Amino acid sequence: MSSIIQYFREIFQGIWSLLKGMRVTSGYFFSPGKIVTQKYPNNRKDLVMFERFKGEVIMPHNENNEHKCTGCGICEINCPNGTIEVISKTIVTEDGKKKRAIDKHIYRLGMCTFCALCVKTCPSNALAFSQEFEHAVFNRSLLIKISNKPGSQLMKGIE
Amino acid sequence: MEENIKEIVVGEQEDYVINMGPQHPSTHGVLRLVVTLKGEIVKNVEPHIGYIHRGIEKMCESITYPQIIHLTDRMDYLSASINNESVCLAVEKALEVDIPDRIKVIRTIFSELTRIQSHQLFWASYGMDMGGQTCFFYGLRDRERILDIFEETTGGRMLISYNCPGGLMYDIHPNFQKRVKDFIKYFRKVLPEYDAILTGNVIFTSRTKGIGHLSLEDAISYGVTGPSGRASGFSCDVRKHEPYSAYDRVKFNEVLYTEGDTFHRYLARIEEMRESMNIIEQLIDNIPEGPYAVKMKPIIKLPEGEYFQRVETSRGELDTFVISDGNKNPYRIKFRTPCFVNLGVLNHITRDFKIADLIAIAGSLDLVIPDIDR
Amino acid sequence: MRIDLITSLFSAFSEPWWKIFYDFSILTRGVDEWLRNLMTPFWTVVIEMVIIGVVFLLLYAVIGLFLVYAERKVCAFLQNRLGPNRIGPYGIFQTIADLVKLLFKELIAIKNADRFLFNLAPYIVIIVNFMVISALPFGKGLHAIDFNIGIFYILAVSSMGIIGVLLAGWSSNNKYSLIGAMRSGAQIVSYELSIALSLITIVILAGTMQLSEIIEAQRSGWFIFKGHFSALIAFVIYLIAGTAETNRGPFDMAEAESELTAGYHTEYSGIKFAFFYLAEYINMFVVAAIASTMFLGGWMPFHVAGWEGFNNVMDYIPPFVWFFGKTFMVIWIIMLFKWTFPRLRIDQLLTLEWKYLLPINLVNVLIMAFLVLKGWHF
Repeated sequence: MSSIIQYFREIFQGIWSLLKGMRVTSGYFFSPGKIVTQKYPNNRKDLVMFERFKGEVIMPHNENNEHKCTGCGICEINCPNGTIEVISKTIVTEDGKKKRAIDKHIYRLGMCTFCALCVKTCPSNALAFSQEFEHAVFNRSLLIKISNKPGSQLMKGIE
Repeated sequence: MEENIKEIVVGEQEDYVINMGPQHPSTHGVLRLVVTLKGEIVKNVEPHIGYIHRGIEKMCESITYPQIIHLTDRMDYLSASINNESVCLAVEKALEVDIPDRIKVIRTIFSELTRIQSHQLFWASYGMDMGGQTCFFYGLRDRERILDIFEETTGGRMLISYNCPGGLMYDIHPNFQKRVKDFIKYFRKVLPEYDAILTGNVIFTSRTKGIGHLSLEDAISYGVTGPSGRASGFSCDVRKHEPYSAYDRVKFNEVLYTEGDTFHRYLARIEEMRESMNIIEQLIDNIPEGPYAVKMKPIIKLPEGEYFQRVETSRGELDTFVISDGNKNPYRIKFRTPCFVNLGVLNHITRDFKIADLIAIAGSLDLVIPDIDR
Repeated sequence: MRIDLITSLFSAFSEPWWKIFYDFSILTRGVDEWLRNLMTPFWTVVIEMVIIGVVFLLLYAVIGLFLVYAERKVCAFLQNRLGPNRIGPYGIFQTIADLVKLLFKELIAIKNADRFLFNLAPYIVIIVNFMVISALPFGKGLHAIDFNIGIFYILAVSSMGIIGVLLAGWSSNNKYSLIGAMRSGAQIVSYELSIALSLITIVILAGTMQLSEIIEAQRSGWFIFKGHFSALIAFVIYLIAGTAETNRGPFDMAEAESELTAGYHTEYSGIKFAFFYLAEYINMFVVAAIASTMFLGGWMPFHVAGWEGFNNVMDYIPPFVWFFGKTFMVIWIIMLFKWTFPRLRIDQLLTLEWKYLLPINLVNVLIMAFLVLKGWHF
């Protein structure tokens, strides 16, 4: 007799546990306000990334097209993957002294692992992360970027 | 074991051998299991690994200690923060640096958040392995909230590279505490739903209870750690036995079961999420003031010697063993990753179960393939 | 001449045109008489068959595509997602775009596959499907063939679809496919029993196997209410067994994605895969349609004895709306099953059938026979 009771108890307990699960899922079905996905390419304009978001490494320039990079090469040394390459040149300043400055600050986005060591170790805070995240391109060579803008100069007062 | 191999070689013609993977929906990566079947019954499982071997240990020998951090992210990508911590702790131990409390507490909070999101993904993908695809979306939906917290503070979502030798990369974001508290409030409300959909479900329990039994002796002799080992009664929580960071100042229970079957391996993870939330709640309001990083030398050189650090990742015990010859690069670095060791027990516990149980058992070990291959 | 023909077609209707929504036999009888006046009886039959064939082909495609879309939307809402939303408003043309894509896909020839059986398998599944939906009553008079053994015919024919699945698994030269097909065979053989027994419960109550008469017998109340708890138990068992019969989750052992990648249709591509895919959805429709016909009154409106005004209002809703409404209601429940529950294991599946469903079902049939004998039903 007890085995028969056990048999029916198992059935009803099983059905009850299934109904509990169905209550959760059907509850979500009838509450469309809880939808979490976004219509991504349509909402591009209102997408705001967090300020610390690691999109890509950039070199911020001010309005006079000046940057802070002295060309010391510390970022290049610290980069674990060889993502950054600093090509420096020697320029003559107004008072006749010879000085090192960057020619090209090459950043290979395809190799970057976003460890943030370059940004953190830069002694003059010349590098930063941008919020750009749509990096897909049709040609791999487009991923090799030059961080300093053409014709840019070192900001005054930075050695 | 030997008899078993002989039997397979002799009966080669009759055996039904299936290559599960390297591309298969339920191996969660590029793991290849050569499964010998007799009908639906699994006779032997032979894992073939190395499809995503990157030689992380070898690469570490040629880069400096701060650079190693970003490679450890990529071993067990679901407990990235804990992997980072392991190397940082080893380096700090070698240099005998005194780490301020603030850093310890923040590291602990991050470790526990990482553990929760890892177990959420486990729940999600385990539900999907079992055929309940809705679990996957619910799990990822909730995990997204933790990833957002990570992103706001560290700028990364999965591979956050937040720890560095001597402290943290940045200070926590001003919103951090509020968001973590919001998340815990939300997640405590959602966890009963997890139980309603999967844990209490009669189909799920009948598929997992009594399946893939791993005894305490086997768990110890195979070295199965983490929730998988604790489900068999193997008290192996490094947080409890060898507390690091701020674990010595929080109260929490080590989740221990004695049954050792698939269901309890699953249950151990669900309970660990609750324990992790308890730990975070104890710490989140009491983050001490102080610097977020200790000033270190620009080039870190470890004194000659051998250094060892144990941490508890979300899958088990991660040991970092560093041999230094006094240079800025380690002479040799060895990671004892939990998934590689846990994989070893798969053949032992799946034998004579059905092919559907193989999926359930392999899923309950919560393997992350890059952690196996390194 | 042509104008004459059309006017003669219209003059064949004796009643206003909107009446065909309530009784479709007005239209069919009118067309039949009109054709008989024009040509010999042989050609009349041929032309009528062609018309019905074309209509069913269209219906098949439309229902299949709609169900694929509905499933994607339903599961998306269950999972806090939006679902397809790119092509057309709310993504309603998504499945059509998918179909076009599948049509253009390469039909991959499998090395060492049994070519003939491999190509034959999807057609068997499709043909069986057609044979089943042809016997369904969609509305009053909207009924291609009204056998006097209608439900028996449907049961007999629908279980033949498994041959297509078995052939597909066998001929694919793939180990996963073979396991999937064998599981599917074991599953259908057992669950066919439950389906038949639960339907027999209703046949006892109705006293006939003709679908149109079964529906007519539900004029005063649907069988699920008329037959006490016995019919309710039969309905629940039918839903479980029907879900298993269609190879859908939580009984999707045959194509268990996480175990067997895709089961019996692993090796199929392009339109041949689409056939399997469509057939699966039409199967679900058939199961739901039989459930609504046998238990929920088919196209019969919802009537409450004694409430004349209410009954009249219900009568204003056309029968085919009732039919499709009930069917999609059942389909929604089946979808809810699939997207909530984890999958069973093959031995548990058989345990469920032989240890639980079958004994309960047998007792249930006995109880129903007793109820009918005593006249205790409503």
